[in-house]
Amino acid sequence: MARRLPRKDVVIIGLGWTGSILALELSRTGLDVVAIERGPWRDTATDFNIGTAADELRYAVRHDIFLRPKQETLTMRNNSSQTALPIRKWGSFLPGNGVGGAGVHWNGQTWRFLPDDFRIRSHMIERYGAGILPESNHIQDWPISYEELEPYYDKFEYVAGISGKAGNIKGEIQTGGNPFEGARARDYPTPPMTQGHAQDLFGRAATGLGLHPFPRPSANISVAYTNPYGCSMAPCTYCGFCERFGCANYSKASPQTCVLPALIREPTFEARTECEVTKVNLSNDGKMATGVTYVDADGQLWEQPADLVLVCAYSLFNVRLLLLSGIGKPYDHAKDEGVVGRNYAYQTGSGSTAYFEDAKFNPFAAAGSLGVALDDFNSDNFDHGAQGFVGGASITSAHTNGRPILYHPTPPGTPSWGGAWKIAVRDTYQRVTNVSAQGSVMSYRNNYLDLDPTYKDPLGRPLLRMTFDYQDNERRMANWMAERCDEIAKAMGAKATQVNRLTGPWSVVPYQSTHNTGGAIMGRDPKTSVLNRYLQSWDVANVFVMGASAFPQNAGYNPTGTVGALTFWACEAILKYLKSPGSLVQP
Amino acid sequence: MSPQPDGYHHPRITRRSLLATAALLITTAGVHARVVTKVLPWHPNEAHPVMPVVPGGYLFFTAIEAAAVDAIVGRLIPTDELGPGARDAGVTTFIDRQLTGPYGGHDWLYMQGPFSDKPLPTQGLQSPLTPRQQYRLGLAALHAYCMAAYGNRGFVELGPDEQDKLLAGMEKGEVSLPNFSSKMLFGAIHTNTMEGYFADPIYGGNRDMAGWKLVGFPGVRYDFRDVMERPNQAYTLPPVSMQGRPAWGAR
Repeated sequence: MARRLPRKDVVIIGLGWTGSILALELSRTGLDVVAIERGPWRDTATDFNIGTAADELRYAVRHDIFLRPKQETLTMRNNSSQTALPIRKWGSFLPGNGVGGAGVHWNGQTWRFLPDDFRIRSHMIERYGAGILPESNHIQDWPISYEELEPYYDKFEYVAGISGKAGNIKGEIQTGGNPFEGARARDYPTPPMTQGHAQDLFGRAATGLGLHPFPRPSANISVAYTNPYGCSMAPCTYCGFCERFGCANYSKASPQTCVLPALIREPTFEARTECEVTKVNLSNDGKMATGVTYVDADGQLWEQPADLVLVCAYSLFNVRLLLLSGIGKPYDHAKDEGVVGRNYAYQTGSGSTAYFEDAKFNPFAAAGSLGVALDDFNSDNFDHGAQGFVGGASITSAHTNGRPILYHPTPPGTPSWGGAWKIAVRDTYQRVTNVSAQGSVMSYRNNYLDLDPTYKDPLGRPLLRMTFDYQDNERRMANWMAERCDEIAKAMGAKATQVNRLTGPWSVVPYQSTHNTGGAIMGRDPKTSVLNRYLQSWDVANVFVMGASAFPQNAGYNPTGTVGALTFWACEAILKYLKSPGSLVQP
Repeated sequence: MSPQPDGYHHPRITRRSLLATAALLITTAGVHARVVTKVLPWHPNEAHPVMPVVPGGYLFFTAIEAAAVDAIVGRLIPTDELGPGARDAGVTTFIDRQLTGPYGGHDWLYMQGPFSDKPLPTQGLQSPLTPRQQYRLGLAALHAYCMAAYGNRGFVELGPDEQDKLLAGMEKGEVSLPNFSSKMLFGAIHTNTMEGYFADPIYGGNRDMAGWKLVGFPGVRYDFRDVMERPNQAYTLPPVSMQGRPAWGAR
């Protein structure tokens, strides 16, 4: 039996980026807010201490600060004819755990999606006809426009201190920025990072090819900065320990650097850590949430009643919690009906590896978001008519790190051990760089999330089951992008290049991307979405669900910028809801 | 009002939770564990360092196992004119200590059954065998195989060319060890050898930062703004580990 606790105004499930921002904004209005987080409290001085943070084995290889699969994982298969098996060890993606969530160990690339991304279905049909859309797709327009979201992108960028160069301020194209971006009200809060030798070569080569390179927007910030919450950050030192690590320098935007120091001072806020929410409790008619049930580190069950429930876990676990709580109709693949678990999408990776005769790229002097990118082949910035696929990619030259356990490249054909391997490792480390395409993934009937019939977590609850593979549209897009990358790599002066195509079925083994999107998507129609345009559940009006689970399909960018913007957008709606409870959109 | 939840047990008391709770007041309704409010739940100088490995002896391997691992890692990354290989960089000690920790038992991984005997390659790790079991069973199988195939000689007694040929066969899975996958054994040792050769020396391998010197990785200096100012220039300072450098004196 769960013991019942006194009521709170707001319960927040998960204290990462979205949970901490909402906690701060809502506590500041005087509301009683409790955040329930299943991992430990983490902070810079204790957990990402400069004396312990730069440890590749501990963090990058043994996954010290990630969610441990023993606590929760998911099962996977490539299509519904197969039997899903548990992801016993993380590979393709790395969910976070603990206070700060994946906002602790991200690389920090902080993009805005392009205006066309938000109405991709309508836009593609208008320009190319319905025939361009791939078979069995579930591509949907977002229920919000870029222009509506712009002020909230701005808010998140200024909270996170993002370093970049504007390409379009109020419609005026800015030299050195991304000319394809949507109009923004003002420039980034801090100037772009310093770039390395590979980025210099890439920038010159791309310009020579008539393309439009620019420094990519970075949450590893270039100069000291104090954000609107009064939280201060220090300049990045290009230490090369970003993704998979917490930052010891207070240089990478995270809940720890940008939100928690302000949040903890709010007298009406409290966090309970190492407590896992097992379900959102509903009223008898299922139309209102009454609070949550959670289990503490001792296995004791507690019931936390609340007027408002904000689901702020990692996207995949948001979807699982909705399924376990009975909020929204589960997606049924066989009938192509229902919504929770529908429109799961991911990210493609392809490109070209460039080997140079004589270069010193110094890959260890790097940062997670260091890089020069171009958007000439993203979204609908190029003519898709001749290509016959939907979507695009951001193409980037970057070095995020030179940590040698996982990064000791060798040319194709090198043996994997022995004296010849040793020579190749020594000779290649400084002379290789990549041109990479991070591409969009559309949504399809065949890619979805539901509950696994066999495998359970330690509490006996079914694991989430992921059914996913790259579809023909994504393969053609990614492989076309790989050729564009190779053209640039050759123009950079590489003596040899290797084209990295998207081949074979999606595998959980090699790391690819922690950009898992969809499953609890926002939309205009309750038949094809879980949330309305304010991230409010269509079915349970006092439940709001944050995160990339709301994306109808994924764009050719990292998701966090859009996740942050949606959080501030939803926050305004939540404040409106509190004044006048009820559904904010009538279907 | 909710009932007062009495009989609530303190969670497992660790130094960390003790410090955290010490900074806090009892809060709502007597819930007094892991509640964070008004102050950040940590004290100055609280950090979570790893325990440095002290070389000498083996905690998991038997003498026979250690000799075989020594010989294998010495072939995977040989000592040559480029510098020390894995054996001379302490990789066997690294693997031994890793196997005694949470990694050796797959303690953090999802190890609930059922285990499929026909997993798809895309589904990754699906074996119920922990690294400790892989080494114990795999090395015994390798020993038995060598004794039978090479006239009563163990792996350590083979010549370097014989060892290389056998390892190449194991890598491809072409060698049939008795009741154990040669590919799995090779994969475990190869992966752990790369880890030990390139991990911070605090874990027992990468002695004198031999792996880092091979590629030119400067280690944990944590500030390369000077490098960014001089693109395409050689980096000339020696590497630094979490315990400093030998020139700084013993740690």
